[in-house]
Amino acid sequence: MTTIPTTDLAVSAAGLVKTFGDLRAVDGIDLEVRRGEVFGVLGPNGAGKTTTMQMLATLLPIDAGEARIFGVDVRREPHVVRQLLGVTGQYASVDELLTATENLVLFGRLLGLDRARARSTAARLLEQFGLQEAASKPIKQFSGGMRRRLDLAASLITRPPLIFLDEPTTGLDPRTRGQMWETIRELVADGCTVLLTTQYLDEADQLADRIAVVDRGAIVAQGTSDELKASVGRSTLQLTLVEPERLAEAAQVVHRVLGEDAVPTPEARRLNIPLERSDQAVDVLVALRELGVAIDSVTVQKPSLDEVFMALTGHDTQADTQADTQADTQADTQADTQQGTTTDLDDTPADAAADAPMEALR
Amino acid sequence: MSTTTTTPTTPARATLDPSTLPRHVSVADTVTQTMTMAWRATLKMRRNFEQFFDVTIQPLLFTAMFAGIFGGAIAGSVEDYLPLLIPGLIGQTVLTACVATGTQLREDMDKGVFDRFKVLPISRIAPLAGPMVADMIRYAIAATLTFATGIALGYRPGGGVLGVAAAIALAIVAGWSLAWIFTWFGTVGSSAQAVQGYSLMVMFPLTFLSNAFVPVETLPRWLEAFTRVNPVSHIVSALRDLANEGAVTAEVGWALLGCLAVIAIFAPLSVRGFTRKM
Repeated sequence: MTTIPTTDLAVSAAGLVKTFGDLRAVDGIDLEVRRGEVFGVLGPNGAGKTTTMQMLATLLPIDAGEARIFGVDVRREPHVVRQLLGVTGQYASVDELLTATENLVLFGRLLGLDRARARSTAARLLEQFGLQEAASKPIKQFSGGMRRRLDLAASLITRPPLIFLDEPTTGLDPRTRGQMWETIRELVADGCTVLLTTQYLDEADQLADRIAVVDRGAIVAQGTSDELKASVGRSTLQLTLVEPERLAEAAQVVHRVLGEDAVPTPEARRLNIPLERSDQAVDVLVALRELGVAIDSVTVQKPSLDEVFMALTGHDTQADTQADTQADTQADTQADTQQGTTTDLDDTPADAAADAPMEALR
Repeated sequence: MSTTTTTPTTPARATLDPSTLPRHVSVADTVTQTMTMAWRATLKMRRNFEQFFDVTIQPLLFTAMFAGIFGGAIAGSVEDYLPLLIPGLIGQTVLTACVATGTQLREDMDKGVFDRFKVLPISRIAPLAGPMVADMIRYAIAATLTFATGIALGYRPGGGVLGVAAAIALAIVAGWSLAWIFTWFGTVGSSAQAVQGYSLMVMFPLTFLSNAFVPVETLPRWLEAFTRVNPVSHIVSALRDLANEGAVTAEVGWALLGCLAVIAIFAPLSVRGFTRKM
């Protein structure tokens, strides 16, 4: 342990591989999560998000590659890693036959709190998570949202510096989901580092400082939400005219100013104009004013993460990827990372994670 | 999930230095964690009372049934059969309770809460050892109820209160030891049903190919040979000596030795099978 340099990385993983029979569920994933950030791993069902998280959490053996939590080797020091982690899975991992209080006391006692401390911590967490009324009810009678909250509360007993949230809001109604997001924000405000997997683009957009897009066991892109959006799409200027008969005339102006073809929607008196940079909108508006074309409304839209995902993977987030494991969009990315990891474990450069995926962005 | 932040009572670990954390679970912590797991098992027993049927209804039913059916045929009368039968039935009931220890472990391992146990910094053995400790309550209930039913039917144990108490204590030790066999099945079986299947295949020969219900002298030679090495035979003989004579005989020694042998073989196997899944 003395040889481990101090690091400001909460998670660093290089070339992680997990195979189940013929399926390479995780196929050379590199990750770097900085202290204090929320890092989102975004991808469809079967992309390898949960498997990656389980390897990092000591729940699954790592087939190839290397992972460290706060500099501690996950394979060599699983007991130390477990003391640094709180894990909340896709399915609530609490005891169905026990009450909420009993569950939290049980985990508190296992984590080394004495009886009194375990009880007071349980009471505090139940209050914090709005579960005190259900404190003495068996979990069997809990709703999905309540279970998930209790599960998260159970992960916070020792206030670990790193929390893994595996699809924390899958299957929750919008209100409960909003509450969950609020709780996650509070955790971060408290100094916690969060690694989050999700298949919801808006969730990653809302919560994550940085996002890795995962598809078919590999990272296809990485960056902030804005970087990802900027990398694939261009903004769109939407203009609604007062007089629909002047749409063609306006389109000509756009072509003259930007050299771009505007797409008219006559029924809506609207013109969609692709922009290289958002400030080009001003040039268009000035030119139209000079011509005396009256404008009803103006909006500039960034591409949504959905569009980003489509552009990166060639399919949307709900697609079942396990059925067709070979996709052309992925083939080259996978091949690159794979060679680095399977041939020589120790040689995989740890810092490749930051740059490589953005390069992979065609 | 209120937005007001209550004053935390546990210090945040955000500034924690990983190199100061222990790399292994201490023995003292392992004991505490095992007892916590045992506490959890007793909570579950209270919630799910059907778990007690095999150690409550079965002793009552089997004692009355076996005494009535076999009493006349084997020993001439019910009263004469009871001193032979009651310790035998205790052996059988405790063994049945052990089967449940294994199947319940398997069921438990399939539950979501086990994922949390796996990721907690706890001894890898505690989730296995805890229920085994708690199940000693079940063996105690089984032994006590069988004695009680027997006494109600006219059994008068010659060993007196002390002899009976010693027999119950031996039954608990034997139950805990033999449970390792079924715990091992629990760690290697693919499902609770599979574990139940293996367990019954082993439990029936262990029970019936022993001196639990009949004198071994009446058996064919090859069967007799097996019953003589069967640890269950020695346990039943020791229970008889303790309850009926109040005597600590060589059989008690053989019984304990048999228990030790079972533990020596199956405890390491179980622990290995279990830690692979933890």
